[in-house]
Amino acid sequence: MKLRAARRRRQSTFRRVVVTLIGLFFALPIVGMIEFTTRAPGGGRTLDTWATLFNLGVIDRDYPELKTGIQASAGLVVLTVAIMLFMLVPTMTWVRLRLPGMRRLVEFVCLLPLTIPAIVLVVGLAPVYAWVAYFLGESSLWLTFAYVVLVLPYAYRALDAGLSTIDVRTLAEAARSLGAGWPTVMWRVILPNLRTAVLSAAFLSVALVLGEFTIANLFSRDNLQVAINQLSKRDASLAIAAALAALILAFTVLFAMSFVGTGRGSSRREEA
Amino acid sequence: MKTPMARRSGLAALAAVTLIGLAACSPPTSTSNSGSTGGVKASSATSAKDLGGMAALVDAAKKEGTLNVIALPPDWANYGAVIAGFEAKYGLKVNSAQPDASSADEITAAKNLKGQSTAPDVFDLGGVVASANTAIFAAYKVATFDDVPATLKDANGLWVNDYGGYMSIGYDAGKVPAPKTVADLLKPAYRGKVALNGDPTKAGAGFSGVVMAALAQGGTADDISKGVAFFKTLKGAGNFLPIDPTPATVESGQTPVVFDWDYLNVAQGAKLKGKMSWKTVIPAGAVVGGYYVQAINKDAPDPAAARLWQEYLYSDEGQNLWLKGGARPVREEAMVKAGTIDQAAYAALPKATGTPVFLTSAQRDKANTYLSANWAKAIG
Amino acid sequence: MGALLGVLPFFAYTTIFLAIPTIIVVVGAFLDGRGHPTLGNLRALAQPQVVSAFVRSTVLSAVTATLGAVFGALLAYAVSTAREGGLLRRLVTSLCGVLAQFGGVTLAFAFVATVGFQGFVTLWLEHLGIDLAGSIWLFEPYKGLILVYTYFQIPLMLIVFLPAVEGLKPQWGEAAESLGGSTWDYWRHVAGPILAPSFIGAMLLLFTNAFSAYATAAALISQGSPIITLLIGGTFSSEVILGQENVGKAMALGMVAIVALVMTIYALLERRATKWLGR
Repeated sequence: MKLRAARRRRQSTFRRVVVTLIGLFFALPIVGMIEFTTRAPGGGRTLDTWATLFNLGVIDRDYPELKTGIQASAGLVVLTVAIMLFMLVPTMTWVRLRLPGMRRLVEFVCLLPLTIPAIVLVVGLAPVYAWVAYFLGESSLWLTFAYVVLVLPYAYRALDAGLSTIDVRTLAEAARSLGAGWPTVMWRVILPNLRTAVLSAAFLSVALVLGEFTIANLFSRDNLQVAINQLSKRDASLAIAAALAALILAFTVLFAMSFVGTGRGSSRREEA
Repeated sequence: MKTPMARRSGLAALAAVTLIGLAACSPPTSTSNSGSTGGVKASSATSAKDLGGMAALVDAAKKEGTLNVIALPPDWANYGAVIAGFEAKYGLKVNSAQPDASSADEITAAKNLKGQSTAPDVFDLGGVVASANTAIFAAYKVATFDDVPATLKDANGLWVNDYGGYMSIGYDAGKVPAPKTVADLLKPAYRGKVALNGDPTKAGAGFSGVVMAALAQGGTADDISKGVAFFKTLKGAGNFLPIDPTPATVESGQTPVVFDWDYLNVAQGAKLKGKMSWKTVIPAGAVVGGYYVQAINKDAPDPAAARLWQEYLYSDEGQNLWLKGGARPVREEAMVKAGTIDQAAYAALPKATGTPVFLTSAQRDKANTYLSANWAKAIG
Repeated sequence: MGALLGVLPFFAYTTIFLAIPTIIVVVGAFLDGRGHPTLGNLRALAQPQVVSAFVRSTVLSAVTATLGAVFGALLAYAVSTAREGGLLRRLVTSLCGVLAQFGGVTLAFAFVATVGFQGFVTLWLEHLGIDLAGSIWLFEPYKGLILVYTYFQIPLMLIVFLPAVEGLKPQWGEAAESLGGSTWDYWRHVAGPILAPSFIGAMLLLFTNAFSAYATAAALISQGSPIITLLIGGTFSSEVILGQENVGKAMALGMVAIVALVMTIYALLERRATKWLGR
């Protein structure tokens, strides 16, 4: 009993030290940004830039591209996460269950988007998107197809880490022997056990979509980062404030997402 | 350890890919609804006369309603005011995309977006890129075409120089002493403070900066080795910052000294009035000039609007807007003679003592070869 | 055959939006400026400037992948010991989710504002009498870029590695303890081998992430193209030296080759790691 308590205390100190130190490292550049956006012309601090940023009337009138950018990015986030999850989770589970020989191929395909820099990928994507524009129109929302591809490396790694730790085969066989069809197996047996992994994959997708700039820019489409870039051409301080606000927004979205699925009996730890 | 099934499906996939790859050439182009007046389509008009006069051109442009421009930051030679002026005068909406794009990126965007409504209508390019890509331009002669000197335009109007300036040194007068010559920048007072706008092997402004340094150090337009040597010494002294100078870095004090076109430094100074004293100086005897060129995309989605834009840029109003931004308009001589030039803005241009040097294409090529071989080594 | 239908959507999608673009790029690497087949672009890869750029990129990516993996794994373990569903875990994972994709011009600006010549940390340290090396180290590929890249590598590691760490059942730790093993024994014989494949896989992701990063480096080091992505960017965007796009595509092909090589090493390492488990 004493051993466990000592162990818990050690763990807790370790946790506090590590989180504080690394947290400090993360905080410094953010502080740098805050410092720049709160500079007053004669020295000293002011919140003018932040006041402008949150003055929605001014934003709408003077910087309309910010509004369209935010709307486009919001739509892109939803679409990308949905397509990614619906495509990747069943595929990876299926490969583990029925086609283990394909695992390396799927892994390579999922790593390929990251090996080619975005500026080069755009050269290859341009003809494909010419067809997308022909069939589906030219909305910024169709960037989601490219974004899903960009997100594959990260989502794959997160889901793979999760799938490695649960015994997919046993779970699936048990469910099937009890008469469940494949959709039920996926939705009600596998998915709840993958909660952290799916959430991680979704986190990375949201963050990637909200932070993506190069491909949207090279296709002359609107999204949040493109809008912030346009803004930076006119007012440097406001652009940094907008970028910081976008980070805080993304943080809030992810924080809210982390509450999804809680209380749905994710009692993995209790199972032997 | 692929199973035979996997190998077969692999081959099937490869076949599918090849087939689709062949089909990935380009989709059928939708019939463009460019404004046609009097049976002549705007996309083949080579002057306003072809469409039946300026009024007809304006009508055709208004019908199109939008203009797509690319690589035009609002603080570059007063483009913000130029765009706003055009929108106000003709009621068109200007979509400004990719403000950071280089001239080469503009051409790539035109190729990538071909056939889509977001493709760029017009280009603002460096001379080198323009001369290399005349195949995708549409020839057009603006109303004031004859005012432009013959050496500064293509005879058929495929591309025409529009505005330009001289290479300069911009500096924060509150933070660093005023540099009188380029060699002053080697002093310890400029430690970690000097930035160059762009890599000379990639960007026209960076290239001209090295040429200016070469001229200031006793080199010539034929031999820029002294310029590269200068930057090497600058780096060795710890004065050279390899960071890309942007309005944000200037405003935050990260780049207190910047080699850039005079109109860009002047605009920076105007924007930061009250916050910082940003001054511009053109080194005596080292005056390097450069013009930028306008061209129309042959496959412009808004051909009439594109041509109207050109008319606007070369009109007295447009040329005077360049002056207000500190840039020298190409119709300078003609406008001075006609008395239509904005006298106040003209007098306010940064002073340049010495004969301006404009590199010929032969000198440019020689410089490029030298830079490709030596710049990375000098700076890295 | 029926089993293959299950992966059809995935492969159809990636064929259209990944395979075809890649093939277009690969084909371009073998064409010259006029569209005729040539090996000249590949030969251009042997130039010393290109080779040293590849070397620098590889070293930079390997170092930041290791740093990010080690510190990220520490952070992941620390977070996993916190109460599940607690505030700390949610805050840390959300923050890391955001920072993992934070990059580009803004990140470069933020770092210069912090540890650049006029950065607030630099000035504060000067007050304390510590001169941060005095040279412009932030803009040197190995010193500055390593620091800046690590900033987004650590959060990325946390996000992709946390699911694996959370899979460690506390019963295993207890079992090891009750059998008389120390903490070190637990890590070496139980937790280590289980986490090794995921750890190495995550490191591979971090390597590739750093290897193909472009926007951050472009904003921080706009002179001289020391790393391969900057060199590729130059071939596409240069308005001074034209017509090099296909060389850029050949360089991208080189990047794919290097990552494929690293992936092979990773696969071999993983096979050895699973051998420890005796699976």
